[in-house]
Amino acid sequence: MKDQYRDPFAVEQEEWKKRQWKNRWKQLLTFSSPIFILVLWEFLSRTGLVDARFFPPPTEIVGTFIAMSASGELFHHIGISLFRIFSGFLLGVIPAVIIGLFMGLYSPIRHFLSPLIMALMPIPTLALLPIILIIFGVGEVSKIVTIAGSVFFPVVINTVAGVVNIDRIYLDVANNYGANSKHFFFKIALPGALPVMIEGIQMGQAIALLTIVAAEMMGANSGIGYLIWTSYNAFLLKEMFVGLVLISFFGYLFSLILRGLQTKLLPWR
Amino acid sequence: MKITIDELTKVFYKKGQSLTALEGIDLNIQDGEFVCLLGPSGCGKTTLLRILAGLEKPSTGSFEIAASGKERPLQSMVFQERGVIPWLTVKENVAFGLKMRHLPKSVVQERTAFYLEKVGLDKFARLYPKELSGGMKQRVSIARAFANDPEILLMDEPFAALDEQNKFILQEELLSIWEETKKTVLFITHSIDEALLLSDRILLMSSQPGRITEEIKIEMPRPRTMEEVRADQTMTEHFVKIRSHLDSEVQGSRT
Ligand SMILES: Nc1ncnc2c1ncn2[C@@H]1O[C@H](COP(=O)(O)OP(=O)(O)OP(=O)(O)O)[C@@H](O)[C@H]1O
Ligand SMILES: [Mg+2]
Repeated sequence: MKDQYRDPFAVEQEEWKKRQWKNRWKQLLTFSSPIFILVLWEFLSRTGLVDARFFPPPTEIVGTFIAMSASGELFHHIGISLFRIFSGFLLGVIPAVIIGLFMGLYSPIRHFLSPLIMALMPIPTLALLPIILIIFGVGEVSKIVTIAGSVFFPVVINTVAGVVNIDRIYLDVANNYGANSKHFFFKIALPGALPVMIEGIQMGQAIALLTIVAAEMMGANSGIGYLIWTSYNAFLLKEMFVGLVLISFFGYLFSLILRGLQTKLLPWR
Repeated sequence: MKITIDELTKVFYKKGQSLTALEGIDLNIQDGEFVCLLGPSGCGKTTLLRILAGLEKPSTGSFEIAASGKERPLQSMVFQERGVIPWLTVKENVAFGLKMRHLPKSVVQERTAFYLEKVGLDKFARLYPKELSGGMKQRVSIARAFANDPEILLMDEPFAALDEQNKFILQEELLSIWEETKKTVLFITHSIDEALLLSDRILLMSSQPGRITEEIKIEMPRPRTMEEVRADQTMTEHFVKIRSHLDSEVQGSRT
């Protein structure tokens, strides 16, 4: 058949269908990798190819999860960990954004604070946990402060970078149209830096989860990290895996939420 | 006089290197006049505009923009390109200057709507700039400047990045808004045609140091169209004269 006799709409429709199939295939791939791993794990564990004491089959972990939820204790641990994560997250993000915007907008502030931030950033907050415990005691505050401390740095650094990289011409426009410092802050710096800032917040969220587990392992008597640690010590590996899977589940959930927030907050991108 | 520039010189100085961008600029522009600045690339046109816009300070000399009202801003600038803020909608961009001045909501609303309609963007008011073509973005820039109702308008090659068709349309739109508002306009362009079409007066600049070397009054009655401008005998003479001036400036700066 000669090409010019074909219906162009039909051709495009066919192309469109092909693209749809490709997309579905890709979605399938995204789901298939975790499922594949779980099935493989189940198989290896059941057949004794790996030691079921160290790697109990996923179905048994699910069973343990159900049993643990029934007692209600699990939700206590989840609740307390989520509370710590959220409070610590907010306590880190809010000052980081405010300080970052000021540093980005006013170069004297930037020059003054940059060395402090650069010097403090490489110190893992967890290494400071003993000091934090001495200052804030063993209560909730110390965990929240630990998380806040580790969330703060990626957010502040990305916020500064976000403001500094705003195209100069928008600053000129704002200047030319008589913007005062409040306008600069809310109409230019904040929205202009937001895309890069959100990337920092995403990083901060991941770090918050890493930190909470470690902090609860070291100095707490509740929370998912505590659950993992005590289960491990008592050689209750199924319970430990429940804790680990929960952490990875929340990590996934939070990044989905932030991703959704990103498209909501950045309609102009 | 609306704009008075007196012996204005601008030197850029960096690490022992200095560059005289503007030298001894003396210029008077009357109220309601449309003046075009024409000169080779790098002769300091943008620098002069940025000084008038308050974005840069003159090294020596001074300028004054006469204020008529109490509440009016002195000037608004239409930037070369990319001047539309991407995180604000079309409407918010046009309202930008008015909001900065804390005018009552109703005034902001009314003036924004008026100029959106003038440039034919009322249907696109809620879109973000990423969804606009280059021509539409420049319309937003122009509407924003006019809506701000400044004493004078400064325009830095607003149509340079547009294709011929869009350029013609926007030039006509600009002229029709200008004839209604009779604003004082200082307009930079590289296009001789554009300058002839728009100006009451054309200022020619020399390259480095930038000086105003010649001025040409354009007496052709308005409204003008590009066809009339191109067909007109005197305009053709102006064209040739400006062309040879620019050529010799470019040649001069190369040797
Ligand atoms: N901030 C600055 N620092 C140093 N030199 C500058 C600065 N701004 C402009 N210049 C220099 O001043 C001269 C004039 O620049 P300007 O941008 O005003 O030229 P122009 O006439 O607008 O050129 P074009 O037609 O290409 O836009 C150029 O040589 C440029 O390199
Ligand atoms: Mg320029």
